[in-house]
Amino acid sequence: MAITLNKITSQRGISVGEATKKISDLGWNPTYVQEASTFPTDYKITKAPRDPMKQVLRSYFPMEEEKDNRVYGALDAALRGDMFRNVEPRWIEWMKLFLAIIPFPEISAARSMSMVARLAPGEDLRTGFTMQMVDEFRHSTIQMNLKKWYMENYIDPAGFDITEEAFGKCYATTIGRQFGEGFITGDTMTAACMYLTVVAETAFTNTLFVAMPSEAARNGDYALPTVFLSVQSDESRHIGNGHSLLMAALKEPENHLLLERDLRYAFWQNHAIVDAAIGTFIEYGTTNREKEKESYAEMWHRWIFEDYYRTYMLPLEKYGVKIHHDDVQEAWRRITDKKYVHKVAQFFAVGWPLNFWRIDSQTEKDFEWFEHKYPGWYDEFGEFWKWYAKLSKPGEKVITFNEETGYAYPHRCWSCLVPCLIREDMVIDQIDGEWHTFAHELDRWTAVEAFSDEYQGRPTPAMGKFSGKREWETVYDGWDLADAIKDLNFVREDGETLTPQPHLRFHDKDQWKLEHVRGHQLASPLKALRAMSDADRDAHVAEYRKGFTINPCN
Amino acid sequence: MVATSSSVGSGAAGAATFVGSGSRKFNYFDPRGKRATHYEDVTVDVQPDPDRYLIQNWIIEFEGGKGGGAYQKDNTAALSSNWHAFRAPDQEWERTHYQRQSKIVTMVQNVISNARKAGAHTAFDQAWCRILQAHLGAWKHAEFGLGTSLMQAQRYGYTQMINNATLTNSSYKMRLTQDITLYLAEIGMDIDGWDDELGKRTWLEDPIWQPTREAIETIMGSEDYLEQYFAINIIFEPLVGELVRSGFFMQVAAANNDFITPPVISAAEADYERNLANAIDLMYVLINDEKHSDHNRNLFQSWIAKHGSLANKAVNALQPIWSQPHSKPVAFEDVKAVSQERIGQILGELGLSR
Repeated sequence: MAITLNKITSQRGISVGEATKKISDLGWNPTYVQEASTFPTDYKITKAPRDPMKQVLRSYFPMEEEKDNRVYGALDAALRGDMFRNVEPRWIEWMKLFLAIIPFPEISAARSMSMVARLAPGEDLRTGFTMQMVDEFRHSTIQMNLKKWYMENYIDPAGFDITEEAFGKCYATTIGRQFGEGFITGDTMTAACMYLTVVAETAFTNTLFVAMPSEAARNGDYALPTVFLSVQSDESRHIGNGHSLLMAALKEPENHLLLERDLRYAFWQNHAIVDAAIGTFIEYGTTNREKEKESYAEMWHRWIFEDYYRTYMLPLEKYGVKIHHDDVQEAWRRITDKKYVHKVAQFFAVGWPLNFWRIDSQTEKDFEWFEHKYPGWYDEFGEFWKWYAKLSKPGEKVITFNEETGYAYPHRCWSCLVPCLIREDMVIDQIDGEWHTFAHELDRWTAVEAFSDEYQGRPTPAMGKFSGKREWETVYDGWDLADAIKDLNFVREDGETLTPQPHLRFHDKDQWKLEHVRGHQLASPLKALRAMSDADRDAHVAEYRKGFTINPCN
Repeated sequence: MVATSSSVGSGAAGAATFVGSGSRKFNYFDPRGKRATHYEDVTVDVQPDPDRYLIQNWIIEFEGGKGGGAYQKDNTAALSSNWHAFRAPDQEWERTHYQRQSKIVTMVQNVISNARKAGAHTAFDQAWCRILQAHLGAWKHAEFGLGTSLMQAQRYGYTQMINNATLTNSSYKMRLTQDITLYLAEIGMDIDGWDDELGKRTWLEDPIWQPTREAIETIMGSEDYLEQYFAINIIFEPLVGELVRSGFFMQVAAANNDFITPPVISAAEADYERNLANAIDLMYVLINDEKHSDHNRNLFQSWIAKHGSLANKAVNALQPIWSQPHSKPVAFEDVKAVSQERIGQILGELGLSR
């Protein structure tokens, strides 16, 4: 038998289990000065959670470096292979929105690790949180690097060039802000454990980081799958962290009510935000219309319904946490029967002048695929996209203010920040004596009942509160559209041409300029609602719930 | 394959020329130098705030609205007329961070593995063996305390640049504490009678270490993230950290036939050079703030007084360790003088004094 190098050099070492045991013994209970208090929580956790991954930094760093080498090697290879010659602009344009949003939630997740690290006794899981902190730093900066790479190599860099400024200002990115700020603000357990790890990372990163890269590849973009599948490979450790802390929280019966509340809030809001954005990217950013491929709805059923709901959420019931099965069914109905994603895409298209990317119109080939996957789609959206194509030429009356289409600008949901697009589900309620609008009863419940200082008779002083100018339209209420776009800095270097365009025609003669959109006044629907008398408001809400009909486009 | 959704049949840069087609740099921040560095491109403004671009203000607040939004300037007592000015001199982003950390852990493992194969530990002086178990074993807990303090601190800074520099600092400390832990555990397998628990007992009970533990716990207990960052890099590290790592373990080990410990520890000294540069730059910006210079200077002086006094107490209590090895190539007073000179230089760069 041949002797191998391994046999000659093999050496007795300590086991992984022993190594993690020793590392988890590095902490101690301070006696001179207590550790600084961190952000508050209404939860009580007395059981020390375990680190399920049992990994140490000496293996973690080389592993991540190797992953990086593959990512950056692939990016170089993509350029050598002239990837951008073949890439579909319809797809890359949506990456201006997606990549404007995602680095902030990622780095927020790094900050979240500080918040959860001291919640539970023991040091075991703190090592896991430390690695997640560094992971999230990786994700945030690797994604910024990808965006810079797109900017340098894609045909139209405008929109990538203002990316982080645009993130703070745009009426679409505000939805992503709710996601990222939700990880780091409010009750620590609610934000950094339940909203971030237990729901966002465990359930929705599958659609974010697995489903979306598949669609990118179908559109000639091999870079996004390279980066995001590498990112996703870190997520299993994060899911383990969240689950471990969740198990520790479950040990205390007095946490069960809060767990029920937070699982409900986090699932619903992740659905509302992630499905709005990722659903739109996948369904409307693609040029690939193979009928055999899964639709977003089908992927959702696989990843969220079968994988997450059935195998992760449901088993929590046996630990005594009430699971709201109806919420999951309702989210599914919204994605299928109520065509949530399609209404979001329609809303983004209506608001294109206030975006910072190009939105392509949909064609007959797209219509056929949508009708095949979402029966009834054409009757509801076909005429709209014909209008959109027709009104994409500069000189036409901008679609946002074009009454001929029949579209009615929506109210904004105070909770998820996606507008109230499923009109029949819109509800209103008061907070601190002021009216607010909500996309769904569960959004109302979130803002009014869950984010409150008392929940079902139990004081919850640590819970956060929704604040700021959450209705984006409030910021530019009364402004001329052209002035608002200029103020947003969504104008190209000549000071006239808009960064966003409602088409993919890369010629100066086809570009919309400020002069083409001037003369239309923006208004806050919420402000108008608040100014109404009770009777007028009731009538307005009843009318709103009836919805609208898109006029035929001839 | 042709890009079907492009009017020019391609999605590549240069396939068409139109307004904006040449705008290939992030244009929403002012670079520190003439051109933005890669670090700046992937770091600046990723954590936004109402001063820079958040036109809707923070949209969620803590504690029913009483606790303010996600990031608050008053998370530190220091004041700044521009929190966004700081750029970390080490220019660290994910790729450089993993490359550096990976090289270090690989180097450390090779050192330990080769030394064990060569039986290097059999030549260790007996007294030195006990010193490693007790005092290097205790020191790993000090490093852990610094690492967790920095992990805590990276949540609170007002900008991405501050928080990321704090985060990588934490990552370096956590790596070091694990490097030491696993090093001791591994050589312990080859040495009869090795007590791997002695380090923690020493840390918790030995009077020599209690002032150090108090200094560390005081940093851990601070609710001001910048105070934690300042106390660690400007005070504790030059006075105690370098004194113990370089002034004792690295200089004394070889004379006691230990050629393994110095390279295991050495990476930490290089880590500190980077973190010190970051910390000095940040403090320099604050001390030279156009509006708050005096306030910050006075604040930093108060931190020097508080943490300097604890660090001095720690240093003096550690003195007996220098007497414990059989071979004593350096004297405590000499290395202490070096560390005093070192902190004098650091504070001098900032225009501060002890």
